[in-house]
Amino acid sequence: MARPVQYNVKNEGGKAIHVADAPPGYTGEGFFTAKLSDVVGLARKNSIWPLPFATSCCGIEFMATMGSHYDLARFGAERVGFSPRQCDLLMVMGTIAKKMGPVLRQVYLQMAEPRWVLSMGACASSGGIFDTYSVLQGIDQIIPVDVYIPGCPPRPEAVLDGFIKIQELVGKESIRRRNGPQYKQLMESYGIQ
Amino acid sequence: MSEIVHHHIKLPEGSIEKQTTTLNLGPTHPATHGVMQNILELDGERIVSSDQTIGYIHRAFEKLAERRPLYQITTLTDRLNYCSSPINNMGWHMTCEKLLGVKIPKRVDYLRIIIMELARISDHLICNSIVGVDSGAYTGFLYVMQYRELIYEIYEEICGSRLTTNIGRIGGFERNFNATAFEKLEKFLKEYPAVLKEFANLFRRNRIFMGRTQGTGGISAERALSYGFTGPNLRAAGVDYDVRVHSPYSSYEDFSFTIPVGKTGDNYDRFLVRDEEMWQSLDIIEQAYKKVQEFKGADAEVFHADVPEYYLPEKKDVYTKMEALIWHFKIIMGETDIPAGEVYHSVEGANGELGFYLISDGGRTPYRLHFRRPCFIYYQAYSEITRGSMLSDAIMTMSSMNLIAGEMDA
Amino acid sequence: MSLTNDTIKQRLVEKFGDQVSHFEEPYGLLTFEAPKEMNLKVMQFLFDDKELRFRFLTDLCAVHYPDNKGRELAVVYHLHNLVDNVRIRFKVYAAIETPDVFSATALYAASNWLERETYDFYGVNFIGHPNLKRILNVDEMDYFPLRKEFPLEDQTRIDKDDAMFGR
Repeated sequence: MARPVQYNVKNEGGKAIHVADAPPGYTGEGFFTAKLSDVVGLARKNSIWPLPFATSCCGIEFMATMGSHYDLARFGAERVGFSPRQCDLLMVMGTIAKKMGPVLRQVYLQMAEPRWVLSMGACASSGGIFDTYSVLQGIDQIIPVDVYIPGCPPRPEAVLDGFIKIQELVGKESIRRRNGPQYKQLMESYGIQ
Repeated sequence: MSEIVHHHIKLPEGSIEKQTTTLNLGPTHPATHGVMQNILELDGERIVSSDQTIGYIHRAFEKLAERRPLYQITTLTDRLNYCSSPINNMGWHMTCEKLLGVKIPKRVDYLRIIIMELARISDHLICNSIVGVDSGAYTGFLYVMQYRELIYEIYEEICGSRLTTNIGRIGGFERNFNATAFEKLEKFLKEYPAVLKEFANLFRRNRIFMGRTQGTGGISAERALSYGFTGPNLRAAGVDYDVRVHSPYSSYEDFSFTIPVGKTGDNYDRFLVRDEEMWQSLDIIEQAYKKVQEFKGADAEVFHADVPEYYLPEKKDVYTKMEALIWHFKIIMGETDIPAGEVYHSVEGANGELGFYLISDGGRTPYRLHFRRPCFIYYQAYSEITRGSMLSDAIMTMSSMNLIAGEMDA
Repeated sequence: MSLTNDTIKQRLVEKFGDQVSHFEEPYGLLTFEAPKEMNLKVMQFLFDDKELRFRFLTDLCAVHYPDNKGRELAVVYHLHNLVDNVRIRFKVYAAIETPDVFSATALYAASNWLERETYDFYGVNFIGHPNLKRILNVDEMDYFPLRKEFPLEDQTRIDKDDAMFGR
């Protein structure tokens, strides 16, 4: 059955869609110079490939975020992959039990640099309401986390907010970060080579 | 289709090599919706045997429940079958009401039925659309997620939360359904039937879908009963056992609806049973809504039972009236009398008979609470169902049985 | 003629005499007890009998009563007669030093994982179970967590302040 098709090129007020700004740089006839990290960051942040590591209820809220109502694809995360080798962002959604911990670590280790970790929900951030013998009290006990999204489960708007913060981190990251001593020290503290 | 001929290499005696391949369909895999692990022994594409490992999201609900007073356990029950949490919440409240001897007014019963049937639609939508996704049809899933948002909006109007709702209280609801909630319900009832029809049309007579789901993942009624199957999985196998009809709770006996039953218990039958149940749920919601609208005047303001011992009084009364203050204090500090005893109550969850076995010793928290979780019980049959089937059929079976890891591990 | 609790009680007493005891009806559900050696015999009788027909195992769990000496672990079976729509609850008690109970896997396929869960949480040893190992907890766990003497929280945590978290 037919529904009227709408193209959201211009919204109300006739304002055009905001496209990403060019990074600050020096431009001239036929050339444009900018910092490499800015350009690389701009390209990376708008095409993140997330790996949804969905274990429980937060996974269903993630499905709602991926749906058309709160579309995550507008931020470039259209292609979710389940192979850690191909993905940039590990989104841990849901309670991680101690039995699952080694599995999570294994998945994290398989990801190639640069990689980011987003911990969605109270259970992944700190164990949530489950202060029990079988639940890992926060995934930052086993892997380094970049952004935490609180909530039980966080609303899709909160997930998008967390994702935007990841995008900011990705955009501003220095291209030397992953080889620097501070990052190496972080990895040492988790026992990751 | 020619006979499948097996050409096997002759392995020498005592060789450590096996004829079969071991495949780990591990806890993280796009096909396992939830964290469960299957270690499969494959002979080419055919599954010879499989071994399940669960417990990757064991959160010790039963031990946690021994620490919490009755009204705090509702938040735990949310997280059992999180696709349809209102049903779990209502089931728990009814168990407590059975233990405490609380009588619920009719209007509250009807409102509870509306919420429970909405939750059932929400769960079956996820299950059926994920069956579609697993067979390659992603569109149906995205299409119906839009309408699950409408259901979430109705929950939000009533209890404030979308997914893990903690809806209702022991004795009724925390607030009356306001006019916006009923408007949203009417919008849902108006728009949804057309959507469900379109969604079903994508799959019901779709040659590819039928080819993938018919004849796979079947189980006979006798084996299903022995394995303790309940819910749509059992009804697809041909047994018409539905807790709403056999042990009616919350005034379900006032409603007329049919129980859809399948024949062979295969994946196609399960899809059809769930689809048909969604139509029946819509019918029940419409009947219940009509009945709710018949309450006029003061009756229309009733949203909880008159049990001050277990239902928190309104905050403005707590600040002004002495009696309300005393009841508030007693309930929160755990000074109310919970009778000692043991009760078993079950509701028809979206996956089957969700049972609560509560033993109380008169203290503030339960002595023992055990959840009879349908997913846990019927996942045992998975290795028998998939023996001899192809790998891709086993994937379809896993998603068609609606395995929710939260309910399985608790 | 519908099956009433009294009929069931009468049939059980006729068959087993005083080995079935402690008949109660909390909230309308007939509950009784038998010695743990008899559990399979009683369930087989309830299964096979033409009138009783309790052929559906609804639930199997255990309860720990640390104060009942000699009867600390109770294994509770909930059975259901789907034809006449009657439920029944059957308990057996075992001492904590000898928590051995016969397994019902031959009679009900559903009891396979239910017994594994009961073993995992309480340490009840089901004799004759095909695969009695832990199911929900990690395999290396060396205690039975749902027994009353063990705490809920993980004791090795150092970062949570007990005073703030009400423990």
